[in-house]
Amino acid sequence: MREIHLQTPLSAKDIKKLSIGDTVFLSGKLFTARDQAHKKMIELKKKAKKIPFSPKEMVLYHAGPVARKEKNKWAIVSAGPTTSARMESFEKEFLSLFGVKMIIGKGGMGRETLKALKKAGAVYVHFTGGAGALAAKSIKKVENVYFLEELGIPEAVWILRIEKFGPLIVTMDAKGNSFYEKKEKVATKAQRHKEKQQK
Amino acid sequence: MAKISKKNIEEILIEAIEKAETELPKDVIKALKNAAYIEKGLAKIQMEAILENIKIASKEGIPMCQDTGIMTFYIQAGTEFKYLADLKKMLENAVKRATKETPLRPNTVNPFTGENSGDNLGRNIPYISWDMVKGSECIIHILPKGGGSENMSALWMLNSAEGFDKAKKLIVEHIINAGGQPCPPTIAGIGIGGGADICMQLAKKSLLRKIGEPHREKKVAKMEKELFELINKTGIGPMGMGGATTVLDVHIEYAHRHPASFPVGLVLQCWANRRKVIKFEKNGSIKVI
Repeated sequence: MREIHLQTPLSAKDIKKLSIGDTVFLSGKLFTARDQAHKKMIELKKKAKKIPFSPKEMVLYHAGPVARKEKNKWAIVSAGPTTSARMESFEKEFLSLFGVKMIIGKGGMGRETLKALKKAGAVYVHFTGGAGALAAKSIKKVENVYFLEELGIPEAVWILRIEKFGPLIVTMDAKGNSFYEKKEKVATKAQRHKEKQQK
Repeated sequence: MAKISKKNIEEILIEAIEKAETELPKDVIKALKNAAYIEKGLAKIQMEAILENIKIASKEGIPMCQDTGIMTFYIQAGTEFKYLADLKKMLENAVKRATKETPLRPNTVNPFTGENSGDNLGRNIPYISWDMVKGSECIIHILPKGGGSENMSALWMLNSAEGFDKAKKLIVEHIINAGGQPCPPTIAGIGIGGGADICMQLAKKSLLRKIGEPHREKKVAKMEKELFELINKTGIGPMGMGGATTVLDVHIEYAHRHPASFPVGLVLQCWANRRKVIKFEKNGSIKVI
């Protein structure tokens, strides 16, 4: 198990060296997007409307934070990852439209995303579910927030400055390997073995 | 311990909600520490991140998870409890204020319009389950439950002849398929019997029980232990990273069933098993546990 520290914007070289099981700590900039934000951004892009920030410079984070406004400035209180499977139907298109190189989420994603990651030269990294306070500690600044009025706090797109954000575990790499597919195989095998014994 | 007055009940409720969101009960912390100790590799990294996370949350008084859940209250109220008539309103006010003051994430969305009410209040939410008893005491269990684990709930209306064998198989399979999604190590709450709604209610209510506390009936406790072992043998492990701890505990509650039915409900609770209990005592004092 390797520990790797990365800085955004990520380069193709950064991504290439990542393999399943590596632990990453990330610094730089990320944007949050859940299902509604994915839908919204894809719609805008398709209508050739301008996205008000540059997604490919940042990392995509599947998360809906707790945020508080203090003296007219937003602060993130708690911001762990949300279940990535909800974004599966959008991710292939999202990756090809926005050129994001890293997705942070929890629980993993499916085969379509795995293929899209390979094509885009991107990786999926897992962050500990529920680790909202730990995440907030690494979030240094809210740079901006988009679609807040329309989508509400959890679904809005938050642009966040982060420092040593992690531990993030690479679970889907850019070479077409997925930790989840391996696990699935092991689980089915174990189940079959058990059933055989019961018979 | 504090004396009750109408004025300070709301403050105490807000504080209890905040404590529920920022500090885990001792039994949960103990179980998580134990899991961190026995796990290895990637699973250990997950457990250590969880322990670090709960430490930061309680030290800084911030929600341990950004999904502060939908507020659910289980109330056992004495019919002579002095504030019975006002309690629902007080709880709603407390939720609304805690949303701003703690703060909590606004989690109540109108399914038809998609609009988020912004204050964690909405139709039938917070959800309150009432149980009336004799006397003047009142016990309120607070259970803020997140969406990720709730989405992994299941209901099976089994053929009564298939019963427990089928139920055990389905539960284990379901937990394998859920993988890391419900944020394991989870607590599996299982409700058996009654009807579709009743078994689901029982499954969720079983989560109020402490980790490590078996059902008071031996036969049920035996089933809990058997399922605990079966599920942990799946190797799903913390956050689905592979390991020995997929569940911290299994809790079963039951109701008598109709001869034709064998309803089984499963509700998973994530590792952030947030619970608080408020007790209004006979002598007028109030305790938050």
